[in-house]
Amino acid sequence: MKKTLGLAAVAAMLACGAAHAQQVNVKIGVLSDMSSLYADIGGPGSVAAAKLAIADFTKDHPNVKVEMISGDHQNKPDVGSNIANQWYDVDKVDMIIDVPNSGVALAVSQVAATKNKLFIVSGAAASDLTGPKCNADTIHWTYDTWMLSNGTATAMVKTGGDSWFFLTADYAFGHALERDAGAVVEKNGGKVVGKVRVPLNTNDFSSFLLQAQSSKAKVIGLANAGGDTINSIKQAAEFGIVKGGQKLAGLLVFASDVNALGLPTAQGLSLTETWYWDMNDTNRAWTKRWQTERNAAGKYPTMIHAGVYAGILHYLKARVALGGDPDGKTVAEKMKATPTDDILFGKGEIRVDGRKIHPAYLFEVKKPEESKYPGDFYTLKATIPANEAWRPLAEDNCPLVKG
Amino acid sequence: MFEIFGIPSGALFGQLLIGLINGSFYALLSLGLAVIFGMLNIINFSHGAQYMMGAFAAYLMLKYSGLGYWPALIIAPLVVGATGVLIERLFLQWLYKLDHLYGLLLTFGLALIIEGVARNQLGSAGLPYVVPDALRGGQNLGFMFLPNYRAWVIFASLTICIATWFVIERTRLGAYLRAATENPTLVRAFGINVPVMITLTYGFGVALAAFAGVMAAPIYNVSPQMGSELIIVVFAVVVIGGMGSILGAIVTGFGLGIVEGLTKVFFPEASNTVIFVIMAIVLLVRPAGLFGRRA
Repeated sequence: MKKTLGLAAVAAMLACGAAHAQQVNVKIGVLSDMSSLYADIGGPGSVAAAKLAIADFTKDHPNVKVEMISGDHQNKPDVGSNIANQWYDVDKVDMIIDVPNSGVALAVSQVAATKNKLFIVSGAAASDLTGPKCNADTIHWTYDTWMLSNGTATAMVKTGGDSWFFLTADYAFGHALERDAGAVVEKNGGKVVGKVRVPLNTNDFSSFLLQAQSSKAKVIGLANAGGDTINSIKQAAEFGIVKGGQKLAGLLVFASDVNALGLPTAQGLSLTETWYWDMNDTNRAWTKRWQTERNAAGKYPTMIHAGVYAGILHYLKARVALGGDPDGKTVAEKMKATPTDDILFGKGEIRVDGRKIHPAYLFEVKKPEESKYPGDFYTLKATIPANEAWRPLAEDNCPLVKG
Repeated sequence: MFEIFGIPSGALFGQLLIGLINGSFYALLSLGLAVIFGMLNIINFSHGAQYMMGAFAAYLMLKYSGLGYWPALIIAPLVVGATGVLIERLFLQWLYKLDHLYGLLLTFGLALIIEGVARNQLGSAGLPYVVPDALRGGQNLGFMFLPNYRAWVIFASLTICIATWFVIERTRLGAYLRAATENPTLVRAFGINVPVMITLTYGFGVALAAFAGVMAAPIYNVSPQMGSELIIVVFAVVVIGGMGSILGAIVTGFGLGIVEGLTKVFFPEASNTVIFVIMAIVLLVRPAGLFGRRA
């Protein structure tokens, strides 16, 4: 009797609650590399970007309550999937975002699919996430290996770099980047003359650079990121690779890498990104807010941080439209059905395979004398429109793409 | 140019030379570890962090006082060595009588703290540091292009290693040191200040790590995790060489650098793990290490 009364009381309260303005409770988990080589391109900066997104959204939507937690996957897929499992099951997290490191992202993507909860990738690159490994609970924002290869490799082959040697980070991301860039090189009439797989977090690339030198390839493609890219470029300068006539293609380079190299070493590098802090006034204003939130005036946000901000905003929009407590697949479908529009990436959309579409930009690193102030790293060389920058749906091999 | 196992001989010699260069880093770092363990029985897990401190000291010196590479080579080891002396006086001196594990845990904790502070202050992407002007460029040896800086690394490392080995094994000071670790009470009875010797020895080992850090700054990425990536390999080197043996650390350091270099040519994916495979084999066959003398 008491139990029934209690239940009835609860039911009454819930019914009353529903009659009010839709109270939406959201819990977001920012999972990133907080302490290792990707901590500057994602890490605490992603947490800062998330805080900005939540603050901006809840200012206009007081009926939305957002709780955010963050975690460190340490670049280990087993640690990442453990945290994801714990968050989705025990901590009642609705959505996980960021995850630089494609190996971890692929693992977390599987966890999200199993639990039918949403996963928005901003940090990782492997195009498999919207390709053969796609699923209904995963959205891939910011960038991927196909778009990077299409941007940088096409530009370099067209300017004469028709033989390539790859230095590949030996895990999911490096393999994906090498595969996609190699395909672009061959599509444009070039040839891949060799490759070497290097363990992640290698300090010394001299042995591999030597192999690249003796291959006599016109371009040495760096299919790696973060500290690996910095070490490769620094040591390539030491071994006179560029002086000897070979070109370096940094297939994934961030502004923080350019900062770590210094402009004298990094000048002339070609790279593709989808967001740069100095491109317009809106980006610059957002950067100042990010720097204040992050308490780091000398650091600059990367496109991954911008993707976390924009991804959270679009997710919260979908949550408000749906109301209640929907599962991952439902929210993903709503996000794909709604066109995206935010201050950082402008207007865009999310395709059926989970791929977020926006323009890509080909940049070149400035010479030291061209840089007028701290953080002034890039010259814009070309804009690749959104409908050309990404792998066509027909080539995806994604089970979600029908027909 | 003839071929060995399908690799042109020129390329192979180039890889061997690079292996030798890497080996000199391993030798320098494992020398410091071997000195500290051999003399003090402390497993110094903060060695990697102290290596990183040396590199960061060089960067900070350049940024804030314009002192370049050559002054940094002398000042950074002294400064970091001084912090080592501080650590020994404040923490380590209470642990000598205890199990090795306590020293390991304490220094491991210190390493995490140092790395965390560095990451907080200076970010994890890394900081720029360029090769000093005097050592820019290189020599075309025919089979490979040898940067002058790398040649300097081999030379400096060999010099320091041989000098250290000589001091410890062949001079009176070294003899006092070795005696003091075997029987401190008796050596004190002779009027030798054992605690000061021990403190200075730890400081010296730490200074060696910092010296390696300054040498690494122009060619490796100066980041907070640069030490933790290297320290595991260096420990393997010390274990293979024999935990207490100075000569073992030096010889094994260079030797394993060459083995790793060859692995990078024939089976690059395994280049991270080959040293540990060798360590496992050596421990099975000769548990004291190749040159070790403890039972």
